[in-house]
Amino acid sequence: MNSPYIKETTSVSIIMLKVLLALVPAIGLYVMYFGPAILVSIMLAIATALVCESMMLKFRSYAVKPFLLDGSATVTAVLLALSMPPLAPWWLIVIATAFAIIVAKHLYGGLGNNLFNPAMVGYAVMIISFPVHMTQWPAPEMLASAHLTFTQELQYIFAGIMPDGLNLDAVSMATPLDTLKTQLKLEHTINEILQMPIFSWGSGKGTEIIALGYLAGGLILWQQRIITWHIPVAFLSGLFLTGSLFHIYDTDRYISPWFHLLSGGAMLGAFFIATDPITGATTPKGKLIFGAGIGFLTYVIRSMGGYPDGVAFAVLIMNICVPLIDAYTQPKVFGHKSVQPDAQEK
Amino acid sequence: MTNLRSLYNFNGGVHPPQHKEVSAGRPIVKAPIPSRLTIPLHQHIGNVAKPIVQVGEKVLKGQMIAQAEGYVSASVHASTSGTVSAIEMLSVPHPSGLPDLCIVLESDGEDTWAERIPLNYREMDLSALRNRLRDAGVVGLGGAVFPSFIKLNPGPQQKIQTLIINGAECEPWITCDDMLMRERADEIVQGIEIMRYLMRPEEILIGIEDNKPEAIAAMQAACSNLHFQIDVIPVPTIYPGGGAKQLIKVLTNKEPPSGGRSTDIGVQCFNVATAYSIHRAINHGEPVISRIVTVTGNVTLPQNFEMLIGTPVNELVALTGTPKADTNRYIMGGPMMGFDLPSDRVPAIKATNCIIAASPRLFPQPPAPMQCIRCTRCAQACPVDLQPQELYWFARAKNLGKAQEYFLFDCIECGCCSYVCPSNIPLVQYYRFAKSEIWAREKEKQASDLARERHEFRQLRIDREKQERAEKLAKKAAAAKAAPTPAVEGTANPSGIDSDAAAKKAAIQAAIERSKAKKAGIAPKNVDNLPPDKLKEIQNIEARREKIRELAQKEIE
Ligand code: SF4
Ligand code: SF4
Repeated sequence: MNSPYIKETTSVSIIMLKVLLALVPAIGLYVMYFGPAILVSIMLAIATALVCESMMLKFRSYAVKPFLLDGSATVTAVLLALSMPPLAPWWLIVIATAFAIIVAKHLYGGLGNNLFNPAMVGYAVMIISFPVHMTQWPAPEMLASAHLTFTQELQYIFAGIMPDGLNLDAVSMATPLDTLKTQLKLEHTINEILQMPIFSWGSGKGTEIIALGYLAGGLILWQQRIITWHIPVAFLSGLFLTGSLFHIYDTDRYISPWFHLLSGGAMLGAFFIATDPITGATTPKGKLIFGAGIGFLTYVIRSMGGYPDGVAFAVLIMNICVPLIDAYTQPKVFGHKSVQPDAQEK
Repeated sequence: MTNLRSLYNFNGGVHPPQHKEVSAGRPIVKAPIPSRLTIPLHQHIGNVAKPIVQVGEKVLKGQMIAQAEGYVSASVHASTSGTVSAIEMLSVPHPSGLPDLCIVLESDGEDTWAERIPLNYREMDLSALRNRLRDAGVVGLGGAVFPSFIKLNPGPQQKIQTLIINGAECEPWITCDDMLMRERADEIVQGIEIMRYLMRPEEILIGIEDNKPEAIAAMQAACSNLHFQIDVIPVPTIYPGGGAKQLIKVLTNKEPPSGGRSTDIGVQCFNVATAYSIHRAINHGEPVISRIVTVTGNVTLPQNFEMLIGTPVNELVALTGTPKADTNRYIMGGPMMGFDLPSDRVPAIKATNCIIAASPRLFPQPPAPMQCIRCTRCAQACPVDLQPQELYWFARAKNLGKAQEYFLFDCIECGCCSYVCPSNIPLVQYYRFAKSEIWAREKEKQASDLARERHEFRQLRIDREKQERAEKLAKKAAAAKAAPTPAVEGTANPSGIDSDAAAKKAAIQAAIERSKAKKAGIAPKNVDNLPPDKLKEIQNIEARREKIRELAQKEIE
């Protein structure tokens, strides 16, 4: 043994466990507003992730148990499930998770070596391949014209069977971001659009509450020193400032920046996804650039791109830039006058 | 003297559990004179002291037994009276576990002092005063053991604005400085007065971590009635807040330049125990033959002892009651930067501030390392603002050039990064390994440069000789043609040979000169003109290189 002889009692498992616990408030709100189907998605994703993870660990001749217990696969699974529509058929979740774990994580070298956020890779591949399924979100409890019981939901998820006399449209609806986009295409003004029943004070009914759940979880992570403030603050500021500029420029065509903060994957992304340490920037300045980049790109993709939400693509794009960002934002070392410019990418 | 000075921060640092109360509860006790003392001749940074006694010779307590050799060195003295029984290579407390030259002393039990001459330093010439400190073997007792007289001689250009006395003692478990300050504050202050006389600083600050309220109170009391001002400043308790550079930053907001000296920014820093031994050396004529050591950890009665240099570690441990059964090894220094002793038979030396009896219960083996998840906890904890996760990556990939570019050599091996890493990666070990590899390569390069020069020089000589032979032949042929009579040829020939030989000699001489000049010019940077602390680092690194290589190799596999 060698010094230091003592160690703080932290471990990757504890960190991952704390991340999962910090998600609990948002998941609880999710169930309240959209029903328990999300729990099924989460379980399904976790099961798939654990199976794929063990397989890959074995395949790459790692000790399965300690690495499985690090919890990273579980976190990826839960984040992915939270990003996908909970009424999605079971195979959609399974394929997305398997892709995230097998390709995005292990084929890129496993935990610590992957360049791209696995959950976001899973999400992006699914939305490119199965755009229709990926946009079937359940309507919030108070808006749906019909309700599925939990058993009926299970039947739909696993067997694709809807109860007699009901079709999918009765229980699902476009997300607020989707609705906004289509309505803007129809030349409605923001004010008119916001009159629609799906919108509420912040963004979509229920959506904004869940967003606040993520915010609460994020604050817990920050308080627990699992994440630093840099990425979430930069992300949300990037999104907010870009949104503000457009909003000020034309209030009829560009919605308030608050709406953007509280819709889609913004809060989840800011606190739980962009903060993934493995694929994010590591220097304090780098984290600011990385986060602000994601915020900016999220806005651009949401407002001008072809996809309803931009977080996943924004994260993936910024992932590519990480080595460069890190190399050029090395902090000043103690006792040195300034950062030496010869630091280059690995 | 209370103080409302504003303090500054260094980034990073950690808060390991302190465990200080266990040994700070009891007063310092004088350890008995052991029957046999082993006194290493290399207890300081710099050259090994040269023995000046013979085997069989009787020596008195405080008598010099080995003399400082060269500028950076310190003398070594007999810790008690007795007979020199051996001068040989013996196991010493050093991370390498390699033996070193020691003088073994059989104590006669009388403890008879050699003549002690107190000095009235206020009437003394500064350089004579410094010489006395060198001859008294005064070195930094915080653990760095740098010869103090050198630090007290900042040179004519460098004005010392701030003299800092380090009472921070940030490593867990260690309380020797704390107890010294509590019990002998006045004597520390008298030592500080001598330093003040030598350096004429504009201000004197004593930094003490705020987890030592008794020490702070004692030092404040000792400083209250002086004819000059000393500010006793409580500093926040954080590891490694007692590192000289970190303490300087906290107290003055100045950063000692990387690779430079703190005198470059007008600051000099000494440990409290060093101040105390300066006082003993000058005001009492006593060289450094004892120090306070904390004996703690897995023992019944953890305590501080004033022990004679050369006392075997097992005898110190025995003073704390029966060692607990599961003790499996002994650590010298604190748990963050200390190292395993090769055995409990090695002597305690000037650098020994703490002996920790370790057990698997006290210091459990961390779980197996996992992959780095780039969580940057290490970077947040690093007091030098390095990016340990990048250094780890480069060290692991043996990309040593990159590691150097990312300032590997600014790493002070404080261990904060390893301490916080959730993946249990032994980061510091990787850095030690990488540093040793770089030094080794540097050395190999130097050796091969030398070989190449020799080869080139030989080639040069051969070429030159060939050319000269050709010229000579041509001359001869020309002379044969031109000379009509053998008589002329006879006189011309010898002189011709003579001048040839002289030319050849001159040419060789010139080549030697050129080669010399060239060699001086291309010595690899990094290795020449190093400050002494770097030299020590190299020596240490060299010594433990093999061991670390082995360990690191194991870790990597
Ligand atoms: S603390 Fe450990 S796991 Fe985290 S970045 Fe540093 S080396 Fe990697
Ligand atoms: S050991 Fe080196 S890299 Fe690690 S925290 Fe200390 S100075 Fe930084």
